[in-house]
Amino acid sequence: MNWWQRLWRRKKMEEQLEKELRFHLDQHVNDLIARGTAPELARRNARLALGGPEQVKEKCRDARGTRWLEDFFQDFRYALRALRQRPGFAAVAVLTLALGSGATTVMFAVLNGVLLKPLAYPEADRLVTLHGKTEKYGENWGFSYPEFRDYQNASRTLGSVAAWTYGGGTVTRPGEAEYLFGRHVSPGLFSVLGVPLTAGRAFLPQEDQPGAAPVAVISYSLWQHRFEGSPETIGQQLVFDGKSYTIVGIAAAGLRLDGQADIYTPLGQSTDPRMQSRGAFFLHVLGRLQANVTLAQAQTEMSVIARRLAVQYPGENQGRDMVVHPLSQEVVGDVRPTLWLLLGAVSLVLLIACVNVASLLLARAVSRERELTMRVALGAGRGRLLRQCLTESSVLGISGGALGMLLALAGTHPFVSLWPGSLPRAEDVQLDWRVLFFAIGISLLCSLLFGLAPALRASARELECVLRSGGQSPGRSTRRLHGVFVVAEVALAVVLLVSAGILGRTLLRLSSLDPGFDTRNVLVAHVALSPAVLENTAKTRAAWEDILDRARHFPGVHSVALADVVPMRVGEDCVGYWATPVQPPPSQTPLALTSIVTPDYLNVMGVPLRHGRFLNEEDRTGKELAVVIDDNLAQHAFAGIDAVGKPLWVQGMSSNPVRIVGVVGHVRHWGLAGDDQSRVRDQIYLSFYQLPDPLVRVLSSVMSIAVRTSVTPLNVAEPLRRELRGSGGDQTLYDVHTMDDLANASLDRQRFLLWLFGIFAALALLLACIGIYGVLTYLTNQRIPEIGLRMALGASTRNVMRLILGQSFGMIAAGIAVGVLGALAAGQLLKHLVEGMQPTDLSTFAIVVSILLAAALFASFLPARRASQVDPMSALRQE
Amino acid sequence: MAVPKSDLPQGTLDLLILKIVALAPLHGYAIAQRLEQVSRGVVQVPEGSLYPALHRLENRGLLAADWKVTGTGREAKFYRLTGKGRKQLETEAASWQRLIDAVALILGMADGGAR
Repeated sequence: MNWWQRLWRRKKMEEQLEKELRFHLDQHVNDLIARGTAPELARRNARLALGGPEQVKEKCRDARGTRWLEDFFQDFRYALRALRQRPGFAAVAVLTLALGSGATTVMFAVLNGVLLKPLAYPEADRLVTLHGKTEKYGENWGFSYPEFRDYQNASRTLGSVAAWTYGGGTVTRPGEAEYLFGRHVSPGLFSVLGVPLTAGRAFLPQEDQPGAAPVAVISYSLWQHRFEGSPETIGQQLVFDGKSYTIVGIAAAGLRLDGQADIYTPLGQSTDPRMQSRGAFFLHVLGRLQANVTLAQAQTEMSVIARRLAVQYPGENQGRDMVVHPLSQEVVGDVRPTLWLLLGAVSLVLLIACVNVASLLLARAVSRERELTMRVALGAGRGRLLRQCLTESSVLGISGGALGMLLALAGTHPFVSLWPGSLPRAEDVQLDWRVLFFAIGISLLCSLLFGLAPALRASARELECVLRSGGQSPGRSTRRLHGVFVVAEVALAVVLLVSAGILGRTLLRLSSLDPGFDTRNVLVAHVALSPAVLENTAKTRAAWEDILDRARHFPGVHSVALADVVPMRVGEDCVGYWATPVQPPPSQTPLALTSIVTPDYLNVMGVPLRHGRFLNEEDRTGKELAVVIDDNLAQHAFAGIDAVGKPLWVQGMSSNPVRIVGVVGHVRHWGLAGDDQSRVRDQIYLSFYQLPDPLVRVLSSVMSIAVRTSVTPLNVAEPLRRELRGSGGDQTLYDVHTMDDLANASLDRQRFLLWLFGIFAALALLLACIGIYGVLTYLTNQRIPEIGLRMALGASTRNVMRLILGQSFGMIAAGIAVGVLGALAAGQLLKHLVEGMQPTDLSTFAIVVSILLAAALFASFLPARRASQVDPMSALRQE
Repeated sequence: MAVPKSDLPQGTLDLLILKIVALAPLHGYAIAQRLEQVSRGVVQVPEGSLYPALHRLENRGLLAADWKVTGTGREAKFYRLTGKGRKQLETEAASWQRLIDAVALILGMADGGAR
């Protein structure tokens, strides 16, 4: 018989065992009687010789080798029965655990998808990104095109290197005019990533030249919706930005380069004037490590090349190093600490849930003391009891975990969609085996956590002492253990409450910050000009004038301006500047955010003018270049001296200095939260009308229109879009936002964290209160005889209340003390992880502590009142 | 009852059971009786540990059991030796023999020395 057969035939085996032993006894008795012993005595002697039948059976069962499993099933059934007897307790425990483990599982599922899973490329761990790095401005630099070629040729540690930059334009044929996001990519990009194209081929090296025949790779989704996935798409023509491209390939469905793009064109064909410049660091570069090359080796080689280039091109490359990071790090970006933070916070909630269930179980274990000691007296081993207690808690833990898993199943996707902005790799967030293991793991861990205390207690009790005491009053150690539970719960709740409090205060402060401009009633949108007008600069300028003119006279529009960069929206342009004729070394050159705007920009945005004037209609090509700076730059470069009329040298503008004509207020370009921490804060405004022709051509693909309205801005959006379709009907507005939305969105991260922490803290508070209530009710019930005695001896209701509340207050105070220390540490952590975070302050603590104290005392009030209403006579009779 | 009884050395109960069952299939009570007979009352075999030992041996595949009707017309569980059990019996018996020889040799030597 196999062990499982033995297991299944347990009942039959039990019968056989019984039969076998009875046969033995009967035979023995018969023999003894046959030898002349009296029947009564014979029976007695036979029994004595065999020993206690139950003990023998136990030993025989042990000998079977399936004992542990049988015991497990027995314990399991027993646990179910015990829980069914107290459905309220079981429901509270299971729900608490389900909430805790469900929330934790959701967080882990997100963390797993975003951080732990490898990227969806073959051998993704060998993919790296390269960034320029200077001492002053850190690692946020891209590559210039000539520099990219240098690295491509020089690198040996990287098997292949590829570059890309943003593009985009209007596709006019086949089908309707539509603005498409695009990417200019070097021919090796697809092979570096290692994702085969869905159909067709990637670019050839000879197509990566200026003037080569225009070719394009289109995205899978564009292929689906514009070409219905037709296999004849390869080789077809696509009119994009007025140029006819031959479609040579269709990219893989999930391909993403910082967001989805619909059209890929060869980088080498780009007519962007920046392609020739060594000083324009606009390319994103990624590479694939050679087999057997480590990241550190690649880093060393990149630094060597960087030093060589610094000597070769001191003007642009001096002080410029190159850093190598895994691609996954770049894809994930700054979400990493947030995810860990949230997982940490949610684990605290889970921990509180565990402590709660532990204290409930402990209370139960104490009331079952007599039962347990009886079992010990009847011969149950200590280990056996321990196992039984753990089985019981595992039943709770696993049912909680299973329910939690269901919650996670339902909750993960809504959670991801609530993530502020877009969560990188959101498509990778799925419940897979890792998440499953995690969920099972934590529910087992929790069971162990909250099952161990009662179990150890049960096994460690001194038998006779408990039997003698009648299991009435909990021992000192039990009371202390309960105290520890309450302290732990309160402490954890304090940590979460204080964190939520600091986040709330931070959010309040940040949203009351002056963004530096008037966000109300402003609509901004990208404009994609008709491809036809982009061929010729004069036509382009005329088209912009037409747009401004039409918009200005549109009903509901107050004023209108063009701008290449919009505050609080992704996308900015930085240039170096200096205020004395000598250019500092490149790595020391201060940077400023440049905005190319039309004169009405100041009115549209409501930026305050400090000195001088803003750009006006007189600032045209041919006139001296005028520039307006912000407070910050004025402070940095001119230290309080009036800057108006002073010259300023702006990198890449002209060899001559430009003239500062005015100073305006600082605009929080990086968002309400992020601006104070960002490295580049100085701002420069230049007039669109003073741009040279080549720049007009480039900028015309990225210009936005900003409109101040006298009505609700979004109401204007759709009619304005129709009004501005242009004579060819192929001019489009896209990426339409109100400035209020953008300003709001810049606090999304803080708001999101506040919400989550607020929910966690509320849960923690609720759980802690339930815990305190439960523990105190239990402890008070145990003390009823004592209280009765006290009252019989003359204690008043008030005395009893004070006694009970005093006991609870001690535990709560200790919890708060521990919690405050934890909260200080949590505050430090938050300060590092969240932009614009306020330092932990006394008032937050004061508020949180009083909330907690009030809630906790309220929770203890009910048991205390009940205790004070004890009838001394009946209480004493209980004894 | 004059001979003092000593406890059975550890592990010998199994060996004795195997030996007894090797002769013919027997039920538990018969094994107990045979044990008492063959050990001539010298060793004390607590009946309480007989059945766990039988079940253990059965579980290890050294014994097999069948329910058969006895002479008195009752059903009883008869244990018999399996092939594996026979092998085990041989090796254990041999090793016991070696042990006994060695102990006897040492005792004899000490005896001779004293003389």
